[in-house]
Amino acid sequence: MISRIEKDHRRFREIVRGRIRKNLRRYVSRGDMISRKGKETVSIPMPQIDIPRFVHGDNKGQGVGQGEGDPGDPVGEGEGDSGQGQAGEGEGDKAVEVEVSLDELAQIMGEELELPRIEPRGSQSLETTKDRYVGLRTTGPESLRHFKATFKRALRRQVAMGTYDPDKPIIIPVREDRRYRSWKSEPRPQSNAVIIYMMDVSGSMGDEQKEIVRIESFWIDTWLRSQYKGLESRYIIHDATARQVEREVFFSTRESGGTMISSAYRKCAEIIEREFNPDNWNIYAFHFSDGDNWSVDDTGACIRLLRETLIPTCNQFGYGQVESPYGSGQFIKDLRSALPDDDKLITSEIKTKDDIMDSIREFLKGGR
Amino acid sequence: MGPLPRHLAELQAEIEGYAKDYGLDLFTTVYEMVDYRQMCEIAAYEGFPVRYPHWRFGMEFDRMMKSQTYGLSKIYELVINTDPCYAYLLEGNSLVDQKLVISHVCGHCDFFKHNRFYSHTDRRMIDGMANHATRVRRHMDRQGVDAVEQFIDTCHSLDNLIDPWLPFRKPQPVRREPSIEMPINIGRLSAKRETESSERSYLDDYINPPEFIEQQRQRAEQEREQRRRIPPQPERDLLGFLLLHAPLEPWEADVLGIIREEAYYFLPQRQTKIMNEGWATYWHSKLMTTRALRDDELIDYAEAASGVTAMAPNQLNPYKIGVELYRNIEERWNKGKFGKQWDECDDRQARDEWDLHLNLGQSKIFEVRRLYNDVTFIDEFFTLEFCRQNRFFTFAENRRSGRYEIESREFRKIKDTLLQQLTNFGQPFIYVVEANYLNRGELLLAHRHEGVDLRLGYARDTLRNLERIWRRPVSILTVIDDKPKRIRYDGAEIAISDEPEAWKLT
Repeated sequence: MISRIEKDHRRFREIVRGRIRKNLRRYVSRGDMISRKGKETVSIPMPQIDIPRFVHGDNKGQGVGQGEGDPGDPVGEGEGDSGQGQAGEGEGDKAVEVEVSLDELAQIMGEELELPRIEPRGSQSLETTKDRYVGLRTTGPESLRHFKATFKRALRRQVAMGTYDPDKPIIIPVREDRRYRSWKSEPRPQSNAVIIYMMDVSGSMGDEQKEIVRIESFWIDTWLRSQYKGLESRYIIHDATARQVEREVFFSTRESGGTMISSAYRKCAEIIEREFNPDNWNIYAFHFSDGDNWSVDDTGACIRLLRETLIPTCNQFGYGQVESPYGSGQFIKDLRSALPDDDKLITSEIKTKDDIMDSIREFLKGGR
Repeated sequence: MGPLPRHLAELQAEIEGYAKDYGLDLFTTVYEMVDYRQMCEIAAYEGFPVRYPHWRFGMEFDRMMKSQTYGLSKIYELVINTDPCYAYLLEGNSLVDQKLVISHVCGHCDFFKHNRFYSHTDRRMIDGMANHATRVRRHMDRQGVDAVEQFIDTCHSLDNLIDPWLPFRKPQPVRREPSIEMPINIGRLSAKRETESSERSYLDDYINPPEFIEQQRQRAEQEREQRRRIPPQPERDLLGFLLLHAPLEPWEADVLGIIREEAYYFLPQRQTKIMNEGWATYWHSKLMTTRALRDDELIDYAEAASGVTAMAPNQLNPYKIGVELYRNIEERWNKGKFGKQWDECDDRQARDEWDLHLNLGQSKIFEVRRLYNDVTFIDEFFTLEFCRQNRFFTFAENRRSGRYEIESREFRKIKDTLLQQLTNFGQPFIYVVEANYLNRGELLLAHRHEGVDLRLGYARDTLRNLERIWRRPVSILTVIDDKPKRIRYDGAEIAISDEPEAWKLT
């Protein structure tokens, strides 16, 4: 039987989930979620979960304390409960922080955006095996000898034989006492996926635009991570030239050059060719830019690259265009007219943070 | 959950023996052994094994399990105000800790039994709570979990709107007397002596002055008008008022009644937090250090006990201030530091050396624990000397730096701040003023403003919840930023409007 508190607790979690779902748009468009990310969980502030009552407002800033000090001296932060807590008086002033695992968050997002599960491709053939040490056996290489088990056997034998002297507890294992670790190989079906993020960091992309890219890629990352174990990601930034960078750099760099999008696409194709065989990998590429390309020629080069290399190899190629005061926003139009009905290419315009949700839905609703 | 192992049962008998020697008088106390998970569960249910199903308990549980798992806090003891008194011991605590807890519980138990503010509580609340749970479950089966749960949420939002003095008042007649429609008749004095037959009517104007008669008549009329109103006087027991006058479904009324009953049950514990914890701390300290403690347990005891009374600089620990006050009272009454002579003595040295060898300390603290609550306790015994001795101060947020800083060491200010925090346990005073406001069946509440505004966002949401129960627009009179205002919710939107003047309780 499930205990009563379990039921109440489950109910509470359900409510939390519901609240997150309801306010997902707001959480999504706010960047602070990402900074709250722990290893596996995110903690989300949830003010409304408190029960509203008629209470006093802003007087909590003062109170009575005890101890040394003169007027003007700071008093400690002192948020901790006094050593012994009594039940029931848990009404804090702060918003309740609820911890949600990233998986759960992705699930909530999937439900809310009605995202389909992704069907992995070509992955059944790709199996990795994983060795796990599970037991002991009597033979094996010396490097795997289990010390403790060996001496235990030896002790047992010596006690049984009567050669064990408690006053002089010397134990000498013999050949038969030795125990070795043994392992089992477990085949593990695995679907591999890689996301390649590309971002335009040319002069026209401001902080606001980059924030949008950052938030959007966090959510795409979260969703895809929930779909694939062992998701790889690569980051490319470009202005007139492209280079592969670390994640942190990706989000923080600001260059100021012209824009040649083809450089990024070329780099992307290069990475795919070098590291990720499209037969074994699910490849997702996302490119974010303000849509201001250097020349018509370069746009032509981009479209050629897309048509010939990138789109055939990728599960999906997403292009997100962030609105910026400087960009002309031409690129998205060029893409749309050049590749009108390729359903692997998805384009989306993100004007403000509020559009992030819709853009994510655009990108992920295909379920590819 | 299990019965007490033998050695602990013996310990309980031993410690309760000491407690009786000192004059404590306990309910029979039943201890249960629980593991930390069960402890969190029971604590989430505020000490009871069974409560009605509600996510709020789940949330509490979540919080406690977390802080327990991360080692932020540990629930040592839990005891509930029932007869017999149930208390829980945490499995795996050291023997010293268990001793400490048992001694501490002795204090609580005695307090529950003898403090007058507990005299009206239902001592069989364990059954009461279980019955409430069954009833709520039955409503859930019939009405659906969501409907009932939402209604409970709504009720919780109002559950601090009760009248602390209600249990001590004569129950008000629910029905209005029919005599109300009798004609008003002001008694006139007669100037006629019984033996005389002649009417001395010329005296009539003197013994029944017409303006006085008129005044009386007007007052009677006003009173009648008043009585016709609902409520006749501003009333604080909003929950009870709603129960009587709101258009509730039978199941809603039942749920509201349950919430109200439980709110009244927990009320005395909130009124006597400092006194209750102080009393328990006083006694665990006394019982342990004078009788129960063995030599080799001293260090462990000292560590645990200091944890209990540890004080964060900007947080008042009720255990600490409580126990210090009792000790202070005991000392003062032992030495006779009270009364007119003491009050009028302003010779520092004489005061320091004051000792009349009265030895009234013990009987005084027993009297205090019987008659006082936190507010009266602090009001009467928080003296200048006590304040100085214990280095109290007030702190406030420095708006510039965002830090909390010591504000003042002025006695008056400290005491006022303390009392303000405790009065009505820090809750605002809210009254039901009229049920037929504007002659439109609107409910009018009023906030007795004592210097602190209501938290506006919460007030709005609470009004929304109240409207759900009252089903007509609801308003509250309050003061925002020194300006009298009325917040009204009409089922669609919140409106805040100016009022000519602040509401006052007449």
